[in-house]
Amino acid sequence: MSATALAARPDSAEDRPRVVLSARGLRRDFAGFVAVKDVDLDVHHGKIHALIGPNGAGKTTIFNLLTKFLQPTSGRIELLGTDITRTSPARVARMGLVRSFQISAIFPHLSVLDNVRVALQRPGGLGFQFWRSLAALDELTPRARELLGIVGLDDAAHRLAGDLSYGRKRVLEIATTLALDPKVLLLDEPMAGMGHEDVGTISGIIRGLARDRAVLMVEHNLTVVADLCDWITVMQRGEVLAAGDYATVSQDERVRVAYMGTEHE
Amino acid sequence: MSELTLQDERNAASVRLERALVALGIVALIAAPFFVYPIFIMKMLCFALFACAFNLLLGYTGLLSFGHATFFGGAAYFCAYAVKAWGWPPEAGILLGMGGAAVLGLVMGFFAIRRQGIYFAMITLALAQMFYFFCVQAPFTEGEDGIQGVPRGTLFGILDLNVAMNMYYVVLAIFLIGVFAIWRIVNSPFGMILRSIRENENRAISLGYSVGRYKLAAFVMSAALAGLAGATKAIVFQFATLTDVTWQMSGEVILMNLLGGIGTMAGPAVGAGLVVGLENTLATSGFPVTIATGLIFMICVLIFRRGIVGELYARWLAPAEGGEGGKG
Repeated sequence: MSATALAARPDSAEDRPRVVLSARGLRRDFAGFVAVKDVDLDVHHGKIHALIGPNGAGKTTIFNLLTKFLQPTSGRIELLGTDITRTSPARVARMGLVRSFQISAIFPHLSVLDNVRVALQRPGGLGFQFWRSLAALDELTPRARELLGIVGLDDAAHRLAGDLSYGRKRVLEIATTLALDPKVLLLDEPMAGMGHEDVGTISGIIRGLARDRAVLMVEHNLTVVADLCDWITVMQRGEVLAAGDYATVSQDERVRVAYMGTEHE
Repeated sequence: MSELTLQDERNAASVRLERALVALGIVALIAAPFFVYPIFIMKMLCFALFACAFNLLLGYTGLLSFGHATFFGGAAYFCAYAVKAWGWPPEAGILLGMGGAAVLGLVMGFFAIRRQGIYFAMITLALAQMFYFFCVQAPFTEGEDGIQGVPRGTLFGILDLNVAMNMYYVVLAIFLIGVFAIWRIVNSPFGMILRSIRENENRAISLGYSVGRYKLAAFVMSAALAGLAGATKAIVFQFATLTDVTWQMSGEVILMNLLGGIGTMAGPAVGAGLVVGLENTLATSGFPVTIATGLIFMICVLIFRRGIVGELYARWLAPAEGGEGGKG
């Protein structure tokens, strides 16, 4: 399905990247402390967008605001042309905006296969069927296997998710997210705590994902950001400091002083 | 295209052992009234079903309710009143008790699921206390006396429940149906979502599940099944009293679960049997029951963290997650 979508979408001028997720004047106060202030953000289809900045810059708060895990104090969020400023997080997820978490979000006491099947279960309306046996989920297995294959986890299908290594938990999380076929994917530090070879693998997976969806990711590894991302928004103390491609942003004097000058020399 | 799941992967020997234990348990329960005082086993069965219903919420959804006496005792009142005052047959009374408990569960769950952890427990406790004081005041419960002399009647107009053996096998059937229902719910597509909510609620939300609805559905199911146990108890003992709606009763069912093993099918039933058995034994000795249960609880928390059945599972049966077994 995604393969045909890919073929039908050549990089022609008429298929200019369209905005799928946008935020305007986003603000969030926590008891007097302004965590996020006047943030404007546009995420484009088919692009990888990085959100970078020092610790406490408000990146994860923005993720929580965009996915509605937090309610913005003011501002407006649009997903695929629909105002989602007051929509519930589960509804936003059903509309195609799916996030990962900073700490790997898996279901540790379920098998790897079941982790993915839980995600596949929802669209078919299987979620509320309390009178059927678990065999009802067998129809989802081929698709679940396919997704595990994409991230290279097919050999671990029957292991408990909690027993996987850290890196493999993160790719399981990505496979689970993919099961929903999201339009917009929000990844919170997908490379955090990973070894070199894992970083390469995940970069490849993310690049593949972005071909027919939008990706917004928080990332600290600037080598990865430079290599992978089409657009970068730099945050500092809850505000957008600069935005642009890597070349533009890395030349920006304020960015160099605030962030890169100290961490990426 | 049937795929192996984790449960299937567990070595066949332990699956066979589980099945054998379930069969053995059912046979033992069928034979039991010939050796043990039937009323005593019926009491155990009612509390065991109550504890299993509670476990559906605590063990498989991760919600600690401190108000389950409302459903157990409330259903007993509804059933006893319908049978005594309106002359309803026992099966209709039990169904009414179950339905009433489900409605109470819907109301309590509606408020409680808005909060998590200790706040969830506190809301259920507060609402259960409100229901308790309602029962103290409301005329139909007959206050401190309770509804006494409830006729057992005849089931479906044919089976005379005044015959102890008839009553026993009806209770056994209700218990088995109730436990089967819980087992089915836990091992269903719906149960899978409940587990995923217990494991990682935020992740379940981010997968698009409206977790509030699932929690509420589980709450109502648990309440209805607790009501089934309470209503059956009212028919067996022919009365419904305030004891069954007190917060101590809510606490007792938590104790039964912790003793037996949260999140295992058989654990709560074992815990209930232990507590009820202890109470019966100590009732005649003059030794305070609460001190004994308290001591056992402390020993359990210190040594058997997973509860009796939970420890057995961890040591001998399932290398993975214990709990898919089941016991008659």
